[in-house]
Amino acid sequence: MSSRAFRKRVTAAIADRRVAAAVHHATWHKVGARAAGMRMLRNPERLRELAGQIKQHTLERLPEYLEQFTANVRRNGGQVHFAKDAAEARQLICELARSRGLKLAVKVKSMTTEEVGLNSALEAAGVRVFETDLGEFIVQLDRDRPSHIVTPIIHKDRRQIATAMARELGCQYTEDPAALTMIARKYLRDVFRRCDLGISGVNFGVAETGTICICTNEGNGRMSTTRPRVQVALMGIEKVIPRLSDLAVFLKLLARSSTGQPMGSYTSLISGPRRATDADGPSEFHLVLLDNGRSEILAGPFAEVLRCLRCGACLNACPVYRNIGGHAYHSVYPGPIGSLVTPLLDRRGDHHDLPRASSLCGACRVACPVNIDLPELLVRMRAAGRASQGRLKKLGFFGWLCAMRSERAYRAAQRILQAMLSDDGSGWTTGGVGPLASWTAGRDLLRPAPRSFRQLWQEELREQS
Amino acid sequence: MDVALFITCLTDSFFPRAGEAVVRVLRHFGCRVQFPAGQTCCGQPAYNSGFHDEARVLARRMIEIFEPYETIVSPSASCVAMVKQHFAPLLADEPAWRSRAERLAERAHEFATFLVDRLNVDIAGLLRFDEPVTFHYPCHARGIYGAEDLQRWLTRDGQVNLRLPQHVDCCCGFGGMFAVDYPEISTAMLNDKLDLLAATGARLVICNEGGCTLQMAGGARRRGLPLRFKHIAECVADSLGLMKDRP
Ligand code: SF4
Repeated sequence: MSSRAFRKRVTAAIADRRVAAAVHHATWHKVGARAAGMRMLRNPERLRELAGQIKQHTLERLPEYLEQFTANVRRNGGQVHFAKDAAEARQLICELARSRGLKLAVKVKSMTTEEVGLNSALEAAGVRVFETDLGEFIVQLDRDRPSHIVTPIIHKDRRQIATAMARELGCQYTEDPAALTMIARKYLRDVFRRCDLGISGVNFGVAETGTICICTNEGNGRMSTTRPRVQVALMGIEKVIPRLSDLAVFLKLLARSSTGQPMGSYTSLISGPRRATDADGPSEFHLVLLDNGRSEILAGPFAEVLRCLRCGACLNACPVYRNIGGHAYHSVYPGPIGSLVTPLLDRRGDHHDLPRASSLCGACRVACPVNIDLPELLVRMRAAGRASQGRLKKLGFFGWLCAMRSERAYRAAQRILQAMLSDDGSGWTTGGVGPLASWTAGRDLLRPAPRSFRQLWQEELREQS
Repeated sequence: MDVALFITCLTDSFFPRAGEAVVRVLRHFGCRVQFPAGQTCCGQPAYNSGFHDEARVLARRMIEIFEPYETIVSPSASCVAMVKQHFAPLLADEPAWRSRAERLAERAHEFATFLVDRLNVDIAGLLRFDEPVTFHYPCHARGIYGAEDLQRWLTRDGQVNLRLPQHVDCCCGFGGMFAVDYPEISTAMLNDKLDLLAATGARLVICNEGGCTLQMAGGARRRGLPLRFKHIAECVADSLGLMKDRP
């Protein structure tokens, strides 16, 4: 049974025709694009397997790889900080800004900064923050929240975007995507000219070289990591990979899984601050490594989720996400991976609906570039949360088990089921109470056949053998 | 060949005609069909809902009942997947049961794959339809057979007018308890699926999974869509004239 709050959010989301249409359109499109992109690979299944193995291997030796990685970041002239939770990460970065007098931050799209709530903390500390990814820029302008980890405005249509831009930037109203992009570009150019702090996430941290890899499509990543005087990269500890050559595996999969592109438009490899011979780059490079519950996840039965690249493929593939959109999850991370990660990261929150609100269709597992068995983990999480199941549900399964343990009880249950369902002679039930009401709210229910297979076997079929 | 039929709860109660078709087709191809008495449920609903102690009880029970048989065939891929993929891990802490589960897993077959792989039947060559058909690929068949297998069974020699739906592996939104625990989401998913099927123009949908048929047929009736659903065993049996009633 769903909690009332979750049900309310879901019902509202499904009823919002405009959002539903936008999300359906975008996710179907991306599913097709991903499939086409993957088909271009010689052996996509093997590559997904390999990517999963590399990630799993790294997770199993995470302390070693982190040590190697941070040592190399330092060798490259970067400074390394550890944040055990979101509050520490916010504090660390705000303090960096304060002590250096930094006032204007540009951001590369990063779910990890969303996870720790960095923007509002920086604003409160007197730093103006600008999102420079077009989607995130619009989210920020419209005081909205991202509803997808890769396509933050997947829930918005052109009209809403145009309205927000005209209202907030005072520009002429236009729905032409190219024109809107140019307006944002011009606006952000000026911000880039004045900024002094660049903030990014990290797609991959290469242990062997101390390099961070950032994948973007708009070039804003490059601007944000070269223009400002100080660069901060916030990285979840699970983002480390062993070798530079491993990128050959991950880069083949990441953009394909996200958007279907063979590769993102910009892949930046950053190893520390500007060197004497460099034409540009920040004079300080700070890496903030974030734990925020990840160590605890790593030690438990759900460690596999830490392989995640945040590519968004499982969201696009998910028929639940397609219908309820991202906001209904009440989490920075929606979709199948969000349904797992949200309860794990926020252990005190009430997220018990998330792992249960799935048909376990497995479209996410097929799409995941690091081969995470998402449906299996959802089932495992349902089992782990068994105590939080409603009394009625527990009672129901108790009764059901009693019926299934003996054939006589099973037959009796079959007859009861038949008797319980009303019959207007059509062979269909269209209403009822309890679970029957749930079922018949949106569909009819076939009545059990007058003669079950078992009876048929007894009375007719077995004779012939 | 001796075959033990695992009928599964939904086929037993809601779709006995599919069960009958399975029996008649297997007999047609020379199998001796037995129906192990005492069989009930494989425990899938409990397993999926996270009630694993309950699922274990039924897994052990099912192993005991079906163990004496060499070959087990079932019309439902999801129940076969339960036996093949989940029994052994579920019983991992009980080594004796675990190996019994593994042995059973090797002997359990989904009906269509059994026909094709074990009996070398060319399903597509047998099928006769006098109207265009489309199909639903049941998500829980993943690992048992793929959407491309289903498509191949239905089209191999071009006799069938198959209308491929868009997004062939799109879920129907059933998901067992999910369908009643989260009816709004389940129904929204159902309507997406029905739109895709209706868009093919075919009125006959091949669906080999009782749960999915329960869901989609119920949705189609509520919306007044002229879709009919049939298990592939029924299609084969009807094509061969093995059923007593008319299709
Ligand atoms: S779980 Fe897999 S598919 Fe989903 S976002 Fe992470 S990497 Fe991508």
